[in-house]
Parts: sequence; C-alpha cells; structure tokens
Amino acid sequence: MTTAPDPLIRVENLTRSFVVRRRAGRWRRTAHEVHAVEDLSFDVARGEMVGYIGPNGAGKSTTIKMLTGILVPTSGRLSVAGVDPSRSRTELTRRIGVVFGQRTTLWWDLPLRDSFALLHRIYRTDPARHAANLVEFTELLELGDLLDTPVRQLSLGQRMRGDIAAALLHDPEILYLDEPTIGLDVVSKGRLRSFLRRVNAERQVTVLLTTHDLQDIEQLCSRVMVVDHGRLVYDGSLAGLRAQGSSPRTLVVDLVDEREPLEVPGAAVTRVEGPRQWLSVPADASAAPVVAAVSARYDIADLSLQEPAIEDVIHALYSRRG
Amino acid sequence: MVERLVWGLRAYVLLSWTWVRVSMSYRASFVMLALGQFLVTGLDFAAILVMFSTVDALGGFSLPEVAFLYGGAGLCLGLADLLLGNIERLGQRIRLGTLDAMMTRPVPLFAQVAADEFALRRLGRITQSSLVLAWSITVLDLDWTPATVLTVPYLVLFGTAIFLAVFTLGAAFQFWTTDGSEAANAFTYGGNTLAQYPLTIYPAQAVKALTFLVPLAFVNWYPSLFILGREDPLGLPTVTQFASPLAALVLGGLAAWAWRSGVRRYRSTGS
Repeated sequence: MTTAPDPLIRVENLTRSFVVRRRAGRWRRTAHEVHAVEDLSFDVARGEMVGYIGPNGAGKSTTIKMLTGILVPTSGRLSVAGVDPSRSRTELTRRIGVVFGQRTTLWWDLPLRDSFALLHRIYRTDPARHAANLVEFTELLELGDLLDTPVRQLSLGQRMRGDIAAALLHDPEILYLDEPTIGLDVVSKGRLRSFLRRVNAERQVTVLLTTHDLQDIEQLCSRVMVVDHGRLVYDGSLAGLRAQGSSPRTLVVDLVDEREPLEVPGAAVTRVEGPRQWLSVPADASAAPVVAAVSARYDIADLSLQEPAIEDVIHALYSRRG
Repeated sequence: MVERLVWGLRAYVLLSWTWVRVSMSYRASFVMLALGQFLVTGLDFAAILVMFSTVDALGGFSLPEVAFLYGGAGLCLGLADLLLGNIERLGQRIRLGTLDAMMTRPVPLFAQVAADEFALRRLGRITQSSLVLAWSITVLDLDWTPATVLTVPYLVLFGTAIFLAVFTLGAAFQFWTTDGSEAANAFTYGGNTLAQYPLTIYPAQAVKALTFLVPLAFVNWYPSLFILGREDPLGLPTVTQFASPLAALVLGGLAAWAWRSGVRRYRSTGS
C-alpha cells in the first residue's frame, strides 16, 4: 500500500448505520439498525487512482456520500484534503469533482455549453483556467459537436463524457466516480478510460472510482479496495488480489493425440475436449512441476497456463464472508 | 454569514436567469403556458363576478372591495410562487437523487432548490391579480391618505413574505415525508383561495385559526381592513392590522428552522 506522510484522504474506523423500519403486524413497526459501512479504515495518497469494488449494497455509494460530505458518519473519523467533509461540505465542493454514473449532475434542458458556462460562474473558477480546461476537455472527450445539444438529447456515453468534463472544469484535486462506465459500449468505455488515465497522470488528480466492471480496475487502477457487507475485505494491488484468491489456476494442454484423462501429481483434469485437456492447479502450489511432469510423460503440441479470472477471485472473496 | 447570504442571492439570480433563457428558447410554449395560467386564474375572478350578478355584497363587502382582497391575495401568492414555487418539488428531487448532486456544488442548497427550473410563466397569475387589484383601486370609493396608500405596497411585501415562508415550510416537511407536496399545497394555493374572499363569510373560529394558528389572515385581510376603513369583525385591537411583519417574521423563523432541521435530517439519514 502506498501511504504518503500526509494522505489526501484518511478514513479511520468509519461506520455508518441506518435505522430501517419494517412492518410487523398491522400497526407495529420494528426498527432494525443496519450497518451500511462498518469500521472502515484506509488512506489514499495524492495522485493515486483507486478502484473501489463490491457487490450491490456493500456500502460503496454510502462511502462516497460520506467522503463528499453529503452524509454524516455515525462514528469514526474522516479527513479529505485536510477538512472534515460533513462539517465543511460547501468549502470542500471546490476541491472535489463528483460523477454519479446513474444520473447526470448537469442541467437536463441546457446545452452542454451553457451548463459549462454556468459551472464556471458557480465555482468562480479563474477565467483563463476555465477556458483552457474547456478547450482541452472538448478535444480529448470529443465534445465539440455536442456543445450545443441539450443534455436530455445526448446518448448515455455522450452524457457521461459531458458529466466528467463538468466535474473537472474547476480543477478539483479529487475526482469521485460512482460507476462511470455503467451502460457504456466497449468503445465509449475505452475512450473514457484513456481520458481518466491522462487526467490522473498529467493533472495529478486523485481518483476514487466504484465499478462493477473489473476491466475498469485492470486498466486504470494500481490499487483496489474490495468492500463487502460494509467492511473492507481487501486493500492492495490487483496482482495481490489475484494471489489472495483460493481460485485454482488452469493448465490447458494440447496433446498430439486424443487420450484418457491425464494422470499427473499435483493437478486434476477438469475437462476433456478431443486432444485438449484442462488441468486444475491449486492456487498455493507451483505450476512448474506439473508442467514438467506433463511434458515428460506425454506427447504435447502446446501448453498454456491461465490465471483465474478476477471475477472468480472476487466472487470467492464475497462468498467467504457470505 | 452576510457573505454567504449575498453569494446565495447572486447564485439564485444567476441560476434563475439561466432558466429564463431556457424557457425563452421555447417561446411559443412559454407564451401558451403564461397565457394559460392567466386565463385559469382569471376564471376564479369570473366566478366572483357571476356571484355579484345576483347579490350586492359578499360577507358585507362590495364587488370592488372583494376585488381588492382577491387581487391582493393573488398578487402575494403569485410573487411567492414565482420566486420559490419550485421548492415544492423537493420530494421528487430527493427520490431522483438530484438533491445529492446539488449538495456537491458550492452554492447554498436553498438557493439551488429555489432557483431550479425558475418559471417566468408564473407571471400569468401575477398579471391577472395585478389587473384585478388595479381595477379595484380605481373604482373603490375611498378617501386615500398617505397611510392607506403606503399600506398597499406594505401588504404586497409582507403578504409575499408570509407565502414564501409557507412554501418553505411545506418543502421542509418533505425531508420527513417525500410525498408531502400535496399537504403543502393545501396551505399555499388553498390558503390563497381562502384569502381571496372576505373572511367574514367564514365562521369566527376559522378566522381565529387563520390569525393565530396558520396566520394567513395577515397576508391581506388585516392590512386590507385598514385600507378599506373596515371594522375588524373579530374586534381584535387595531394593532393587529399592522402585525403582518410580525407574522412574517415568526413564520420566516419557523421556516428557516424547519429547513435547517430537514437538511440535517437528510444528511444523517440519507433518505
């Protein structure tokens, strides 16, 4: 974990509980306390790009809402850019940018151009900075032809690009993205990711993004945090997350001839399809002796070792806590 | 504090102006809506005219006097509705999550909610009420004094302030029940309907409730009694006729408190 001496975001034992009332009989209602976020602690250093993942209802959006100051934490300490978000919400708004993927923060009936102009005046951004940013984002996000279109007429991908430009126009230090690629096609996702990489690298904008698309994480984030049932179950590199998983790796063997399932110590055949066989190698064992044994005993045309899909690893993490 | 207030007002004007520009880009639709509101609110007054074709007085008040009450109430509601009318859609904004987006902007939340989708078409009601009020002033058989003349803008100012407070209270209520906009409407638009008529047509208990409980009688009834030189049917001290600023202050304070509590509740429940 990269921890600078003075982290930009510091979260200590953060807990957020909600009281949920359920009907119990005709008039009676029972109140349950539900922990949306429980005893969460992490630091984010300036310039990091962190992926925040977890199943629906795990507490991702609740965390983002507390980091932006919209929600007041139940307990624990929170410091973003040196201030307590819920106490200094308005002050903090100038230093952060927020994109909610599911809904636009732009004005539905306004053309993008007018939305951007309005944001300029609301944030009172330096005119030269605003103009320079507008030129850069218009070019990088290919917004030129869309500037005069009202937001409600934009496609999802176009709207998302508009939203991201809007969130960055006032030069924020931190960008929170809540499911930025949701519902986008492959091309739009790719374009968005390369833009985010660039913003992070060139402007040193710290990015915290929640997503269900693990490709976002693989292509953007050096660090990933996995949250489940309000608790942090993993915080580290993507490679580390893979290694963490108990999911086995798969050795795919292409034999010269079709034959019975192979018998090799330390591995088991899971599937046979003509001359191709799949062998499962336990996550904690080395694949080298298995590869050696296979090539020594049988005539093989080709070999390949497949890492477990990151989805499987995360799924295993979630179900471990079930 | 003062700085925040000034900034809030500036942002309010800025955002409202943006919405005016948007509505002007759909000019035909804007004209239709404004004209529509003008005609619909005009129907109310047409009903009063019809009544006066068979009677000479309503609750002891002549047609010009009723027109004065009607115009005064309508103008106050119209102005408050123009300035703050969209605040009643708070519940909808909470459900859609647009309130969260507003909370990430460096503008006081109240200014943003009040200015959102600012609709100049509401000039329809204001125009209609102003015309009725102006007509009543020309036909009223009164000896105008400086005091009664000045009481007219005073009535509009504090009447509008009272309705603004009621709109805010109704909206703040929606932080607790997001479906509360109908209940709020009962007090704003419903209150206006009550205040259009001389309160003498209602039972004394109702007038007392409108004085002490939900002080909508201070919008136009008490100041109008002074202007029209009428006795207070409840026999309250004359000073009551000048208590509108007090009513506006009390309601305004209550509204500000309710709004703050509502926002605090929202931030701690996330509902």
